[in-house]
Amino acid sequence: MALVSTPATLERAVPAMDNAEVLRIRNDFPVLGQLVNGQPLVYLDSGATSQNPLSVIEAEQEFYEQRNAAVHRGAHYLAVEATEVFEDARQTIADFIGADYAETVWTSNATEGLNLISYALSNASLWAAQGRGDGRLKELGVGPGDQIVVTEMEHHANLIPWQELAFRTGATLRYIPIDDAGALRMDRAAEILGQKTKVLAFTHASNVLGTINPVQELVALGRRAGALVVLDACQSAPHLPLNVKELDVDFAVFSGHKMLAPTGIGVLYGKQDILDVLPPFLTGGSMITTVTMDRAEYLPAPQRFEAGTQRISQAVALAAAANYLTETGLDRVHRWESELGQRMVAGLESIPGIRVLGPTAGHERIGLAAFHVDGVHAHDVGQFLDSRGIAVRVGHHCAQPLHRRLGLTATTRASAYLYNTTDDVDAFLEAVAGVRSYFRV
Amino acid sequence: MSLDQLYQQIILDHSKVRHGSGLAGIAAPAGAFTGQSRQLNPVCGDEVTLRVAVEGGKVAQISWDGEGCSISMASASVLSELAEGMTVDELRAVIGTFREVLRSRGKVHADPEILGDAAAFEGVARYAARVKCAMISWVAAEDALNQAT
Ligand SMILES: Cc1ncc(COP(=O)(O)O)c(C=O)c1O
Repeated sequence: MALVSTPATLERAVPAMDNAEVLRIRNDFPVLGQLVNGQPLVYLDSGATSQNPLSVIEAEQEFYEQRNAAVHRGAHYLAVEATEVFEDARQTIADFIGADYAETVWTSNATEGLNLISYALSNASLWAAQGRGDGRLKELGVGPGDQIVVTEMEHHANLIPWQELAFRTGATLRYIPIDDAGALRMDRAAEILGQKTKVLAFTHASNVLGTINPVQELVALGRRAGALVVLDACQSAPHLPLNVKELDVDFAVFSGHKMLAPTGIGVLYGKQDILDVLPPFLTGGSMITTVTMDRAEYLPAPQRFEAGTQRISQAVALAAAANYLTETGLDRVHRWESELGQRMVAGLESIPGIRVLGPTAGHERIGLAAFHVDGVHAHDVGQFLDSRGIAVRVGHHCAQPLHRRLGLTATTRASAYLYNTTDDVDAFLEAVAGVRSYFRV
Repeated sequence: MSLDQLYQQIILDHSKVRHGSGLAGIAAPAGAFTGQSRQLNPVCGDEVTLRVAVEGGKVAQISWDGEGCSISMASASVLSELAEGMTVDELRAVIGTFREVLRSRGKVHADPEILGDAAAFEGVARYAARVKCAMISWVAAEDALNQAT
């Protein structure tokens, strides 16, 4: 019998995270040490954006102090140094998600990555129609009568680019529905995905419901239909071990600012054979082989998709962030955050007048919880929590169709990261318990 | 600044008992000129649709439908109570004063003589993220007035 490491044996091999370790981790995050409204900051908005550890801040500073130059051009010392750390950072991120170096494309964020894919796919049909580029573009391109399939739980970033792709190409957009517990209706998915489906795009973990979607099953349905599979890894890559090759998705995107890095940097993974034939989205300097007065030829991936001067210090900082997460151990981070998520939901469920979105306590969820407070608008809930130093997100969390599906317009969301303690969750729960009496409902 | 200065009792009361709320149930006076405006806050999804009926140069009635936080709902309620019976010019002036206070980041104080219950929103000016909530129905009223006159 082959030796497999079950979660149980893993647990024994690697000690789980605890509050004591989190308190040490917090020392690496200067921003977390402050008082807000006279109270210690309880930061529970990492689902929107995360905080940076010193190692990340220093990596960016060191780049500017010692190596700043444009990459891939010029033969001088600094340019060589800058290019080296920039490309090393790419390798670090490729390793972080189990991809190959040339399959790892820098973007400004996940939103740009998803737009890149959607524009490259409509460009593919334009190119194919004019006999330009590789013969495979004809099958990759999206056109009239084709289907693009997303889910009801998508963030606008993984929804609007597909609406617009449908608009540009005459394809139709279809939705895999969710059930009332916030899980995808896989029976419906199997019916919806068919021969006409060209793209299946879905989120790995929901930024509102906390659900982790069954990637393998969805990929299998996508494969059966012959569709390209696009994974929105915004809420997974920062929080759990992710291997894009094992998941066998065609594309994956995520944002650096949600994984301990600065804003302005994101990652697009694409399978090499697809990236190398896809037409670019943005065009310009640094991504060409030859340019004549009326035409250009393009480099292979990743440069093919990196037009213009790149975000170098941010890429370097993102690599430092990935190293920080890898050193802590993403399996441990995931387990810790799951515990925090369960604590949130169990606590919220015990407060009268609270409706938690997504899976109930005891069911798998990531370390976040969005909820509705009966009789109090989310904005007021957020303001009340802020007065106690607790930072949460309020609104529709860029998922309006999902909120409408749930019969709500705005909710409050608490989202944890590796630097949150169980005390943070308890402070949050205690404050939420006081909301309705403060607003006299 | 404490939370209680933001959520004054007047605001909490108006957010629950909403004056002028219910477009369908309140008919505009026959013969009045009406204007209607729908305003959205895309950040949080707050929404107000407000109708102004003008008769003989005076605001005969304000009615509205909306969904949003206590600040936005109370503000619409206070506005509709305050505006009724004012001349169109008076209401325009009051809207201007309210906007000035709210955009002042707390530097301009609200005069209850002019603003009535709306002076309670003075505290909102210190919460930049909430100014839009307090303004949404007033912006709708301004727009509706322009249509009705
Ligand atoms: C699930 C999901 N997808 C996409 C995004 C968009 O990320 P960004 O705004 O960094 O491009 C987010 C962030 O809010 C998200 O949570």
